[in-house]
Amino acid sequence: MLEVKDLHVSYGGIRALRGVNLEVPDSKIVTLIGANGAGKSTLLRTISGLVKAESGSVTYNGKELIGMPINKILEQGIAMVPEGRRVFTNLTVQENLKIGAYLRKDKAGIQKDIEWVYELFPRLQERSWQMAGTLSGGEQQMLAVGRALMSRPKLMMMDEPSLGLAPLVVKGIFEIIREINRQGVTVLLIEQNANMALKTADLAYVLETGEITLHGTGAELLSNEAVKRAYLGE
Amino acid sequence: MAKTILPYVISGISVGGQYALIAIGYTMVYGILRLINFAHGDVFMVAGLLMVYLAASLPLYVSIPLVILLTVLLGFTIERVAYRPLRTAPRMSVMISAIGVSYLLQNLALYITGGLNKNYPQIPWISDRVTVLGMETSRVTIITPFLTIVLVVLLVLLINHTKIGMAMRAVSLNFETSQLMGIRINNVISATFIIGTFLAAVGSMLFFTNYPGVVPTSGAMPGLKAFVAAVFGGIGSIPGAVIGAFIIGIAESLIKGLDTILIVHGTIAEQIGFATFSDAFTFILLIIVLVFKPTGLFGEKTTDKV
Repeated sequence: MLEVKDLHVSYGGIRALRGVNLEVPDSKIVTLIGANGAGKSTLLRTISGLVKAESGSVTYNGKELIGMPINKILEQGIAMVPEGRRVFTNLTVQENLKIGAYLRKDKAGIQKDIEWVYELFPRLQERSWQMAGTLSGGEQQMLAVGRALMSRPKLMMMDEPSLGLAPLVVKGIFEIIREINRQGVTVLLIEQNANMALKTADLAYVLETGEITLHGTGAELLSNEAVKRAYLGE
Repeated sequence: MAKTILPYVISGISVGGQYALIAIGYTMVYGILRLINFAHGDVFMVAGLLMVYLAASLPLYVSIPLVILLTVLLGFTIERVAYRPLRTAPRMSVMISAIGVSYLLQNLALYITGGLNKNYPQIPWISDRVTVLGMETSRVTIITPFLTIVLVVLLVLLINHTKIGMAMRAVSLNFETSQLMGIRINNVISATFIIGTFLAAVGSMLFFTNYPGVVPTSGAMPGLKAFVAAVFGGIGSIPGAVIGAFIIGIAESLIKGLDTILIVHGTIAEQIGFATFSDAFTFILLIIVLVFKPTGLFGEKTTDKV
């Protein structure tokens, strides 16, 4: 389980997170919704080690992650799909997958997992020798997810996977999130697309200007009046 | 006609190979750090001086590997001490730091040598005179382009087909995402400096063998030419740097011989003095290329989708 306790983070002179408390139980899909600038990305970036925390703690299965180098956090089994996909456009699709397994040494296992990712995303297999920069937005998102899976994470964090994608593609991405979760990966998902996220998630949190203001099951928040007004546009 | 031009072309190819070995260091560091490492030419000069001092007391089979090792260590240390602390600083700060390192190395060399020309040791076999296609030259002139091409091919294989090479390509595109893959970018950057200075050290042996000696500013001109070659080929691109270096080497050598060529051809009666302008010519060539291809011959392809 991932536990965030009283986390404070300042980012570029702005207090981005002001005492965030959050739990991600194993094998669940947890989503964090909130407006632009609420601090969602900062939270994920702090958990993955890209951003330094001011105070508070982030523990994963009891181990403190704050202060741990990024590669060690990845070794704990936490992978991230960054915002805007960030695939390596100058590498082939297959190389992008291989680099996702950068810290792994088991060659046979890596090869097997490439096959596994290709099973999840047949489109990627068709394009395995293409430069990632030539893929469409949806395909790049699949690749970013596949790349994160290549580290064999126990917890996968996703930063706005639906950003800039056509509705039909978004639907596909959410189906994949459920499928990955069924295969035993815990998911922490940040979304602006609150409707889709809440329908998919077991647990949900609402983040507003650096603080958690609401939490509950996905279904609870879907029927919450305040959430409906602010995030579902009803 | 052909017989008059040939020696200049051959010597140009050789000089081009030497520039190429230096240019790769510029282009690789730029590719990853977006930094023009002004100290690179001076590292090349230090490699020359190290050879002068080490070969004076040690046999060549010890001093040659030692020169390479110490030069690589110098490149690695410069990055650690002068560039790494500025990783998050604006790019201009790192560039100023590079200029500082460049002068520090020149001043140190001046302090140690007293500014005197230090004779470069004769490396047997490669300094020998040979006759090729009816012209006499030193063996190093013939070896240089071949050695350069072998090293470049090995480097391209390393970059395209090994794990560290893949990491280099990833880091050159995006630091942060590379870190998320577990890549320690500092190690990758160190590796880049090690490769760049290794090639510069090899280049210095080929280069100085053909010159009378080493002075503290010996690195400036070849460094500048190699930098121009890297920009000419499209900075960040290794094949670009190599092709750019060969073009500049050959063009420069032809300009140096233009008087003689024209006299033999009967176009002019006496020396006009084109050779004096050979350095300026290099830059004119650069300007012309940049006007028509602002990113250089093989400038960065942008496949990014926004």
